[in-house]
Amino acid sequence: MYVAVKGGERAIDAAHAWLAEERRGDTSVAELSTVQIREQLSLAVNRVMAEGSLYDPDLAALAIKQARGDLIEAIFLIRAYRTTLPRFGASIPVETAEMAVSRRISATFKDLPGGQILGPTFDYTHRLLDFKLAAEGQVPEAPTAPARLEPVPHVMGMLGRDGLIQSEAPGEETPPDLTREPMELPASRPLRLQAITRGDEGFILSMAYSTQRGYGRTHAFVGELRIGTVAVELDIPELGFAVQIGEVELTECETVNQFTGSRTEPPQFTRGYGLVFGQTERKAIAMSLVDRALRWKELGEDFTGAPAQDEEFVLMHADNIQATGFLEHIKLPHYVDFQAELELVRKLRREALASREAAE
Amino acid sequence: MNDYNFAYLDEQTKRMIRRAILKGIAIPGYQVPFASREMPMPYGWGTGGVQVTAACLVPEDRLKVIDQGADDTTNAVSIRRFFQRTAGVAVTEATAEATVIQTRHRIPETPLSEGQILVYQVPIPEPLRFLEPRETETRKMHELEEYGLIHVKLYEDIARHGQIATSYAYPVKVEGRYVMDPSPIPKFDNPKLADNPAIQLFGAGREQRIYALPPHTSAVSLDFEDHPFVASKADHACDLCAAEASYLDEVITDDQGSRMFVCSDTDFCQSRRAAGHVGRLGHPATGDQ
Amino acid sequence: MTPEALSGGFRDASIQSARAFRAALEAMARPGTIWQVEGAAPPAPMSVASGVLILTLCDGTTPLHLGASMDLPMIRDWITFHTGAPLVAAEAARFALGHWQDLMPVNRFAIGTPDYPDRSATLIVEMPDLSTAGPQLSGPGIKGNASLSFPEVAAFRANRRHFPQGFDTYLTCDTRLAGLPRSTIVEDV
Repeated sequence: MYVAVKGGERAIDAAHAWLAEERRGDTSVAELSTVQIREQLSLAVNRVMAEGSLYDPDLAALAIKQARGDLIEAIFLIRAYRTTLPRFGASIPVETAEMAVSRRISATFKDLPGGQILGPTFDYTHRLLDFKLAAEGQVPEAPTAPARLEPVPHVMGMLGRDGLIQSEAPGEETPPDLTREPMELPASRPLRLQAITRGDEGFILSMAYSTQRGYGRTHAFVGELRIGTVAVELDIPELGFAVQIGEVELTECETVNQFTGSRTEPPQFTRGYGLVFGQTERKAIAMSLVDRALRWKELGEDFTGAPAQDEEFVLMHADNIQATGFLEHIKLPHYVDFQAELELVRKLRREALASREAAE
Repeated sequence: MNDYNFAYLDEQTKRMIRRAILKGIAIPGYQVPFASREMPMPYGWGTGGVQVTAACLVPEDRLKVIDQGADDTTNAVSIRRFFQRTAGVAVTEATAEATVIQTRHRIPETPLSEGQILVYQVPIPEPLRFLEPRETETRKMHELEEYGLIHVKLYEDIARHGQIATSYAYPVKVEGRYVMDPSPIPKFDNPKLADNPAIQLFGAGREQRIYALPPHTSAVSLDFEDHPFVASKADHACDLCAAEASYLDEVITDDQGSRMFVCSDTDFCQSRRAAGHVGRLGHPATGDQ
Repeated sequence: MTPEALSGGFRDASIQSARAFRAALEAMARPGTIWQVEGAAPPAPMSVASGVLILTLCDGTTPLHLGASMDLPMIRDWITFHTGAPLVAAEAARFALGHWQDLMPVNRFAIGTPDYPDRSATLIVEMPDLSTAGPQLSGPGIKGNASLSFPEVAAFRANRRHFPQGFDTYLTCDTRLAGLPRSTIVEDV
């Protein structure tokens, strides 16, 4: 005797309980605190903040813990939380020229005002597993240099002074908010940049890499990469001026790209731009390459059919929360549509076999 | 329940969704862009339907949630719980008693009535998407009523298979104007779209679109004179309730090729069994189901 | 801003606006039906029904146009305080409120674009009287006979000719409202 499958609610409860147990792991091992995650897995925290579009290291650490280290799941938790937050105001644009830099490098000039600062980078580490870390070794104190008080101007500003790089007119308009308005295509550059900065790191990386391999090549140099903190200021109408409400760590990358010119315009370099929450260097560089590739129309270049040039392709597929949701939804029941296909295929086969027999 | 606003969404979001719903009602079959929010459930799992339902619910509602026609599939259970928790609304499995029904992939067998709202979860709202992936292009096609491409596709089916080989998400033309995707319902359900006394709302969260069929609106399944649309289903009766004209799920009962067919609409099937209908493999209702 | 402007909003916004929206939805979905709403107490001469619609649908993202008979300091303040909707000229409006005469000529209002017909205005028209006596209606949402009292037939017939573009309308009177989507065909009388 057949009894229809029931018990969905019980199954869900049991699954959640099991998940909680798995999350904790072996209880004879000390539990990980969110503070430990925030301090010791800070690059994971940064990625979750960047793609979650919410600057809060403690919440990001909590999300990583809750998600058992699945960063896309953690980003999802942050996004869903972020949507419910009321908005008290909008900051004035942050001034990255006044960033307190912890790292600042230029690939285009050997030395420059403000200097090259390597900062806490993996770049020249030899990728050898450090077994001392497994034994919880003490970290020797890093040497410190006296703080340089000189300003660290943007490299692009120096090129711009000589008219060597295309200038970007300051926009007075408030940029659209991707999380509050439906995506409209073709998109403005501010909207594109928003979509890319919260886009999946892996996707943006691959898109950028594809331009380097010739699919929409833009000949990029890293004009400047800087990481550091900037002040966030909010205009208080009652006071008549802006007050600092906090600071955020950002990674900014500006690329110098192949020059363009025409009969009327002398040749000059163009730029790509990347700005991402936290120390997220790979993402910021990739972002600036993808930004530059998407600017082909505005810069009078040819559309070569390269994926990274294709605005709709990039913007509609960059979001890992959308992508993973839709991808994983195919594991939901599809009995009904599958049944419809099944009936159709059976019918088509029946008819095809019948006509073959008739022919024989 | 106090942690969240009524029906989870904040008021500004609900206003934005409500405005989109009203424009959708005013332009039947047209996909209204809306600023879909990130919901606490994954895209592709009904976020569009959930947002539309949240914008429509009143405390007096009785909500029914179905997935594949069934009230007890896990995702239906999860969404129903979400609204019990965040809106405190009453829930029901009985189609006739529900005021709002959120569905994935089915239209209930029991005819709907005035005062009911049927909310569809939509994965890909654009009926032309699989023929033309670019939104910028399909928007133009809708604007110009350029639906030749979809007719060509259906015609190619006929050339290759002798019939139209689309069995679900079968496109309809609404009020002679917009071609609309009815969501992945089996084409068996298509005739119920038209002239329905209930309000039908379609929410696509990831794709940020809402569209609607007001009551008593025409929705014609695309076809050709010599190949008219046929609402087909498995050629069986329900093995539990003996219904001849309900959409059936096929259930594999052993590894020797045995199978049975049961109503995909669990409420419909149970009501029939309660009323004494017994199918080939059914047993008289005992009240345990 | 007068103290009166601060009162007359919803007491329980999420519940009251939910009920109001359901009435507004049914009204727009079933042209020729009249729905009762409650919960707003806007300054005269704005009706309760218009107040309810504005509280339910308008906010800082929806520019609103006030017809001359509604363009009064009390009403401006009330709308600003309760919704934050920017008050604008007819051409820029997403919503408009007024008596029919105030809103004329209605071809000033946005009817959307051919690719985005939803980007159109919704008119909230204060009626001296609202009943189901009037020209016959047909179109989506209508089964059998439907009719509605109209401020003017010609403008609505002209609006229908732009379909799928067009403005959409709510007719309000006291605590009652009716909807008139652009899709409705109004019988010529």
